[in-house]
Amino acid sequence: MAALIDTLSWVLLTLGGLSVLIGGIGALRMPDLYTRMHAASVTDSMGAILVLAGIMLQAGWSLATIKLIAILLFLLLTSPTSSYALASAALLAGKRPLAEIPQDQEESE
Amino acid sequence: MIVIFGIFLLTLLVITAIGIVRTDNLFVAVMLMGIASLLIAANFFLLDAADVALTEAAVGAGISTVLFLSALALTSERERAKSSNRILSFIVVAAAALIIIYATFDKPRFGDPEAPVQTHVAPWYLEKTPEYIDIPNVVTAVLGSFRGYDTLGEVFVVFTAGIGVLFLLGGGKAAGVIPQDKINEGLRHHLIPRVVGRVLIPFILLFGLYVQFHGEYGPGGGFQAGAIIAASVILFALLEGEQRALSVLPERALLGLIACGPLLYGGVGLAGIVLGGNFLDYSVLSSDPVKGQQLGILLIEAGVGISVTGVLLAIFHAFAARGR
Amino acid sequence: MYYAVTIATLVTMGLALVRALLGPSVYDRVLAVNMFGTKTVLLLSVIAFLYGRPDFLDLALAYALINFIGVLAVLEFFRSRALRRSAEHGEGQ
Repeated sequence: MAALIDTLSWVLLTLGGLSVLIGGIGALRMPDLYTRMHAASVTDSMGAILVLAGIMLQAGWSLATIKLIAILLFLLLTSPTSSYALASAALLAGKRPLAEIPQDQEESE
Repeated sequence: MIVIFGIFLLTLLVITAIGIVRTDNLFVAVMLMGIASLLIAANFFLLDAADVALTEAAVGAGISTVLFLSALALTSERERAKSSNRILSFIVVAAAALIIIYATFDKPRFGDPEAPVQTHVAPWYLEKTPEYIDIPNVVTAVLGSFRGYDTLGEVFVVFTAGIGVLFLLGGGKAAGVIPQDKINEGLRHHLIPRVVGRVLIPFILLFGLYVQFHGEYGPGGGFQAGAIIAASVILFALLEGEQRALSVLPERALLGLIACGPLLYGGVGLAGIVLGGNFLDYSVLSSDPVKGQQLGILLIEAGVGISVTGVLLAIFHAFAARGR
Repeated sequence: MYYAVTIATLVTMGLALVRALLGPSVYDRVLAVNMFGTKTVLLLSVIAFLYGRPDFLDLALAYALINFIGVLAVLEFFRSRALRRSAEHGEGQ
């Protein structure tokens, strides 16, 4: 049983670390602001869930697990909101995505 | 291995510092300073200094960024052309840096068990804290009781900073070009941040109170709690507009908070004299000296928290009022 | 086991810093700071367990809350700057 929990937590931690790393590479290499935001925000939430779940399995039933659940809850609540607010501010300020279809081409189709 | 992590973080810090100095767009500099603050906080954490890391994260990365942005809103975003006479400043800075580096040659190695601080200072505090004060967090014991006089000085420094800013900025209003109702609405029309923020504010306040009273058992204390509680009220001001934040916590209440913090701290000190001991001697506050020490630390941490909250909020409102 | 996650998080923090230094627009930099903040929360949680001191998790919680406030402050700054510029343009005409 302990070995199963250990293996599971090891798998979760590795996947979480991989996800975080992919997010970092994506934020650096993506061509446009909105694609970078997409890379950063999706992997943020994913990485947070995986890593914190992995640590929670190691902590067992203790006060530390409750604090980790609180951290996870706050991260899941605030990180997508910040990304949304940033994207909406960028859009309202006039930054256009790279993959946008120009208006006249859309009307003619 | 931890040392390698620390060195990596410090290298990132050096890169960030070079970036801050080299850019001339002040907004970029403010963002990079937020990152620098986080790097320092992570480094403190690696060195096992949790109280300092918490204070640095709360004050440096949260409140400082907000205050810098409020100041930046009042001025232009580009740095002005650099003044002449850079050779002299370079020589002065280089000389000071070389002297400081030379002074560090005499320090003991990092983690050396024979260093004076490990053989004389630390064991004394670790022995005497359970005997005199009996709280688990030795840092709070040192801060609150053994070196309580220094902390009194720190509270008065915070108080002086608040008064200084209020003298410079409070009262007069800059000529406002923006219609009053539009600037004061905050982020009210952005529905999602507003809803999420309103859900979070009570929890941030609760967490601030937890940090305040938990300071005797874990990382925490008055300074951190004051910063977190001020951050929650600043969040409310950002979301709902500064006017509503002022109606919740009016300026007179803020002035009262600024004054009551040091008053409480000094009052506890004077109570020590009145009850027969020395200034800031908490043992006389209760029949059992150890309980008296714990009560004293609780009261002065409350004084510190009140003072820091009041000062940070007063500074924030002083900046925001100029932009109206 | 914790070391791999710590190294991955530290490398990502370095990459986010590069984006903050490079990013052509201000929004790229704010994105980088936000990402840096959430990675710091993960780093603090993992290292708290690496040290075997679970009561250091308070720092991670405080940081998760403060990061949100920083990003919203930046948004408010953009909004009021846009208002100020449009008001000045309106008065100039």
